[in-house]
Amino acid sequence: MKRGSRRPAPPKEPLEPQLFPVSEPLRPYTQRAVTVAAVAVSLPAIPGASPESALSIEQLTQQARLVVEGAFPRLWIHGEITDFKSHRNGHWYFCLRGPAAQIRCVMWSRDQRGVPALPEDGMQVVALSQLTVYPARGDLQCTIYSLDAVGDGLWRKALEQATERLRADGLLEPSRKRALPRLPRRVAVITSPDGAALRDIISVMRRRCPTVEIVLVPAKVQGEGAPADLARAIESVGRWGDVDTLIIGRGGGGREDLWAFNSEMVARALAACSIPTISAVGHEVDITLCDLVADHRAATPSAAAEAAVPVLAEARAEAFAMLVALRGALLRQVQKRRDRLDRAAHDIRTGAERDAERRSARLSAVAGRLHALSPLAVLARGYAVARDSSGATLGSVSDFSVALDFDLLLRDGTVRATTRAVHPEPRMADEGQ
Amino acid sequence: MSYESDLARIEDIVGELERSEIPLDDALRLFEEGIQRLRTASAALVQAEARVRKLIEDTDGGFTLADFES
Repeated sequence: MKRGSRRPAPPKEPLEPQLFPVSEPLRPYTQRAVTVAAVAVSLPAIPGASPESALSIEQLTQQARLVVEGAFPRLWIHGEITDFKSHRNGHWYFCLRGPAAQIRCVMWSRDQRGVPALPEDGMQVVALSQLTVYPARGDLQCTIYSLDAVGDGLWRKALEQATERLRADGLLEPSRKRALPRLPRRVAVITSPDGAALRDIISVMRRRCPTVEIVLVPAKVQGEGAPADLARAIESVGRWGDVDTLIIGRGGGGREDLWAFNSEMVARALAACSIPTISAVGHEVDITLCDLVADHRAATPSAAAEAAVPVLAEARAEAFAMLVALRGALLRQVQKRRDRLDRAAHDIRTGAERDAERRSARLSAVAGRLHALSPLAVLARGYAVARDSSGATLGSVSDFSVALDFDLLLRDGTVRATTRAVHPEPRMADEGQ
Repeated sequence: MSYESDLARIEDIVGELERSEIPLDDALRLFEEGIQRLRTASAALVQAEARVRKLIEDTDGGFTLADFES
């Protein structure tokens, strides 16, 4: 676009000839109009009053511009953006229109800093404008100094774009979320040193878990330079590293007050931090970029402190429960062995008893049989056994001869006897067998 | 060794002792390790007044902690 890029600078000195002094303090529009009329009437020889004193177009448009700028203070106007163009010189050119009217607008690059994202056609905006005349074309147009979408559309758009970039880089992956240490030794807190957020965090942590050490990392949380300061603080904590958990946050505030926590620079610093992070931006409704990338999101600084540290008494109870469980488990191990030992001892005892019984039963059986076979038992029944002097049994008449001395073995002793006669008898011999 | 890794190890040990019958020597060794870890973990639970300090980055890139009056 050529217009605007070669826009003439406003004149330092009033142009000659002039209809009225531009250095004159602004007066209400109506009063000014009266003055113009009066001058025109009283001075018929002024430039442009006759063909001889005709004005150049430059003179005309410059005068028109001075009149218009003098007549209109800076005003807030609202309308819909159309024909938006961002020129490569950095300036924005667009139209603002209502249902039945429109006006050309320009926004210089130096005034665009407060605008979070590129406006788009169709967006309803309110703008702080100075009505002026663009002499090169003779157009009436507005210089815009501040621009905001009605219903914070621009903020949302900026946020959506940044969120998309973070997502594309994988920084919003749920798998990136780290678990917070259950009992941190030290917690760093990035916030304003005199804000309510710090007071709340200190008070909650002292109440819940007085063993923790709180390390304040002061940072500017709103206004000019806040994103850079927050990002620097996060980076410092990561480089320091001697801390278990990082809380970054601030107390509640308006949407603009929280904007630093929607800075992509801050979000990226937080995502890159080596310490597990809790985002605690005190705004229940809006989720900030910091909330999205932090390992844990807390609605308020107090909630962040609660997430960061356990209640000490509960942690102690937990440790005690573990001691009980540990002892119980060992005792059960020992008990298992004791039971087995008892069982074994019992088995051995009963086994031995049974064995002894078995042995004894067998012994008496053998003894009975032995007894039945004993020759003494035969003698007990009244029989006698004849034996010679050497002790050999004389069981047949053929063992005897007349005058042979022998012994008769009886139940209760022996009798010495001598053979007087031998009578072999077949029947007796059979019976003696 | 962090508090939760101590706790997690103790839980493992209890689980191991509960699960099966293991040689008594091993059981005793596990139990002693559990008690040791419990002692370490409990040391972090000793009552103290929560201190508030302030991180100061030195010009040489080092860090110091200063007391902070809240």
